[in-house]
Amino acid sequence: MTVYSLHIFNKTGGCLYEKEWKRSKKSSLPKEQELKLMFGMIHSINSFVSKMSPTDFKDGFLSYTTSAYKLHYYETPTGLKFVFATDVSVGNTREILRKLYSKVYVEYVVRNPLIGLDVPIESSLFDCKLEEYLTEYEFFADQNVKQVP
Amino acid sequence: MTIYSVFVINKAGGLIFQYDHHKPVIEMEKTFGFPLELKLEEQSEGITVIFGQRDGIRVGHIILSINGKPVQSGKVDGIPVMETISKKENYPLSIKFGRPKLSSNQKIMLASMFHSLYAISVQLSPKSGSSGIEKLETDVFTLHCKQTLTGVKFVVISDNKQVGVDTLLNKLYHVYSDYALKNPFYSLEMPIRAEQFDNHVKATVEKTQKTGSAY
Repeated sequence: MTVYSLHIFNKTGGCLYEKEWKRSKKSSLPKEQELKLMFGMIHSINSFVSKMSPTDFKDGFLSYTTSAYKLHYYETPTGLKFVFATDVSVGNTREILRKLYSKVYVEYVVRNPLIGLDVPIESSLFDCKLEEYLTEYEFFADQNVKQVP
Repeated sequence: MTIYSVFVINKAGGLIFQYDHHKPVIEMEKTFGFPLELKLEEQSEGITVIFGQRDGIRVGHIILSINGKPVQSGKVDGIPVMETISKKENYPLSIKFGRPKLSSNQKIMLASMFHSLYAISVQLSPKSGSSGIEKLETDVFTLHCKQTLTGVKFVVISDNKQVGVDTLLNKLYHVYSDYALKNPFYSLEMPIRAEQFDNHVKATVEKTQKTGSAY
């Protein structure tokens, strides 16, 4: 099992945080364009799903799977969006992302007075805690070597 | 276990077939006094609830009828709905709310939207050789998609608990090649209007729903 990347977007589409672990295919697009594309896709999926849905729903879009990866999504009521790409074999990560928000983001970003809420997070403490939090999970375990791009 | 609908999208993103198998009816009728406890707004789908969820009436629901008379393009008997509900002397009013139904234009739009989402998901893949979206999950439904080698997409919207959707997609491809492509009156990439095809799709969906397998 592999974890590919984690992106955090604010409600206006700015990328607050991005981290890539194992990524074999580099995108043909420049970074900035790719982030915009990702946010645009998430935004469209949300609107697509709300129109397509036969009944009313609570959480909306949770994840999608392709033949090579699975993209998990969690949105807080304040509009913060967590986009998490993993291997297809990873199950439901909703609870993991929810805790990532409450235990890591709130603790080390919101409670840090030196970090603005709408600017990219450059705190190494957050970086560290995030990695620590995710490595506790089984799907992260065999990911021993971190690839530095 | 339910299958809600089936879409067939051609390689250009056009909707060539659509079938609604099961449509859950979500309607709520309630008598209101003045002033209305809901915030309403006129939107493209109709008069939409934008704030104030209560008694099963949810944000996004539209007004279907007032005092039993159906709303047509924002009007009842030629009088705009917004005017009726803003006047105190019209109350009490019995208003029926429901989820807006998809118009055929909207279905065409959603199909092409999915077509581009499918393409974007390939672009964003962290691994090379990825297909597009095969399964899209939400808390109330799951969308399954199979793209054939010729670029036609079969999309099935079902309940989260439905099993056998993969075989259903394969079987739909069979039905498509047998009853749409072999039809001499069918022109490629165009909407499928063939009774045989309709019947077989219906039978296949029904079988999957009952037995969990399309074969």
